[in-house]
Amino acid sequence: MMSEPLTHKRPIALSLIIYAFIILWMILAAMPFFWTVWGSFKVEADFFSRDSWWNAIFGTNTIRQTGEAFTGAGYYGAWVLRDFWRAAGNTIIVTLCVTIISLTLGTLGGYALARSGRNYAFWILIAALVFRAMPHITLVSGYLLPFFQLNIWGVLPTSIIVLVAINQPFTLWMLHSFFLSIPKDLDESAMVDGCTRFQAFRMVIIPVMWPGVVTTGLFSFLLGYNDFAVTAMLLSAENQTMVPKISSFLGSIQETGNVMYAVAAVVSATVPLFILVLFFQRQIVSGLTAGAVKG
Amino acid sequence: MPNKTFFAFILPSLIAMVLFIALPIVSVVVQSLYVAHERVMVEVENCQPFGGCTKELRVDTAATTQLQREQPLGRFNGLGTYFNRAHLATNELGAILSSERGFGEKVALIFNLPFYKALIFTLVYCFVVTPLAMVLGFAIALAVNALPKVTKGPIIFFSLLPMIITPLVGSLILYWMLSPNGILGATIQHIFNDPTLSLRASPPLTWIALLVYGVWTNAPFSFVVFYAGLQTVPGDTLESAMIDGASRWERIRYVIIPHLAPLATFVALVQLMDNFRVFEPIVGFSADANATSLSWLIYNDLSGDAQQFGSAGATSVLTIIGVVILLLPVLIRTWREFKHKAV
Repeated sequence: MMSEPLTHKRPIALSLIIYAFIILWMILAAMPFFWTVWGSFKVEADFFSRDSWWNAIFGTNTIRQTGEAFTGAGYYGAWVLRDFWRAAGNTIIVTLCVTIISLTLGTLGGYALARSGRNYAFWILIAALVFRAMPHITLVSGYLLPFFQLNIWGVLPTSIIVLVAINQPFTLWMLHSFFLSIPKDLDESAMVDGCTRFQAFRMVIIPVMWPGVVTTGLFSFLLGYNDFAVTAMLLSAENQTMVPKISSFLGSIQETGNVMYAVAAVVSATVPLFILVLFFQRQIVSGLTAGAVKG
Repeated sequence: MPNKTFFAFILPSLIAMVLFIALPIVSVVVQSLYVAHERVMVEVENCQPFGGCTKELRVDTAATTQLQREQPLGRFNGLGTYFNRAHLATNELGAILSSERGFGEKVALIFNLPFYKALIFTLVYCFVVTPLAMVLGFAIALAVNALPKVTKGPIIFFSLLPMIITPLVGSLILYWMLSPNGILGATIQHIFNDPTLSLRASPPLTWIALLVYGVWTNAPFSFVVFYAGLQTVPGDTLESAMIDGASRWERIRYVIIPHLAPLATFVALVQLMDNFRVFEPIVGFSADANATSLSWLIYNDLSGDAQQFGSAGATSVLTIIGVVILLLPVLIRTWREFKHKAV
């Protein structure tokens, strides 16, 4: 890598360009979030101000309308008046179940694929790659009619199991390459000592697999949390999770002039992701690159 | 590992994939061959005391509902749905191409056909966003790599946000800023001194906004992967290139880029797959008047009161064919490697 003396030799002009470029990218990447979080505590006349965006910073109209520079009206409207809390609860149920079930199925399957080495294991991985590329909405159009017929449309368990299945190809690939990095000798020596394959898995592999499982779990969580196509089409209005709920806000709220409800809901949905990156930045980065290096 | 143990381990996962990925694909193909029933009509004789009798056709609601219940798929239509105006539109396309119009006019007419409008946008989005995001990501990776170590953590943290954000939420955040009353939209109007300039009114502006959103949300992935790749560039090679008098640019061009090429293939593949299903930004930007995508077409068929399963099925099958074409080079290469290994 660039060694120390190299860095010293860099001309000042180049350093300036690099710093300017990074600062510009930081503004592009982070500004929209800070702007929206700040604006969510203002009234609509400020956040969507035709006159000047200084209104949004100082809250001119917010002070005029509410007497203070910050207002929680948007959050009150979204969470209390429009039942966003219910959507948040549904999201918690869906993402937790999706993550746990995906990981359970995925670790078993990924372990088998990593230790098999037969032809069909290869073909299963290739099929998984093709499945991974399917746009989710094409699958959804296949679900609707059968789900109507079976009368299982609109409830949370259906969405959970569908998201688990859609998530399987990715989980299998990720955990397969993770298990390949655990030496074969480990579980095979346990089997020489008289363990069955399953006992070896339980007693030798499970204790050492957590780093890979946590990383994969983060991406399963993101898939469940960020999904719009499946949850928007497969959940009835009262069972909606946060993302489809926000989109349903758009239709009904923009007319009645309460865009700030949607802004507050959007900020509320962003906060958990913010916290997730804050605590798991290292795992997310290693997950992204692990797929690249081995895939 | 013996077959029995292998399948014992993988069975739950396989069942889930077969039931909810493989079977739906079959179900989509079947659906695409059917269209909704025509309403059952009955002839009713309407006799009035003085006016005599008139016969008229009426919709028999009960019979229609019953037919619907007995055959929920609808009636068989073969490949009809594929070639109608809302999909491949072969007749319309032929008429447009054989007509005596100018090139621009022909393109505009083709653009009026819903399927082609969506296909063109989807492809443009795929093949504009993917390379631009990769170039931007590579530039960020090079720049971050040249910075002191302490700054790297926070920079990576903020860089991850546009990628990790829920697509619908991310596009809404940008859309609000770009709307005529938002900070960026108002500023743009101010700069160009044109109060009518707005996303909703201008198709080119909508396209640009969607593409900008795409680059914004895709660049971090390239950045992270390329940044990790940069850490593995062999120091010896770089040093010997320097001793040979290679300039900074030449070192990037002849050492770093070849080293990262395999990673770039991977990134391009993953991002093409993801960008091909572009959908949420169109909902978030309320852009469907000016730009639609294949996924959005399916969504549009399925939502609303009259769900058009046949039409959604046909678009889905065409989309799946598109995905397979996109993946074909990878599949062929993997197949060759596999054959090679087997021999």
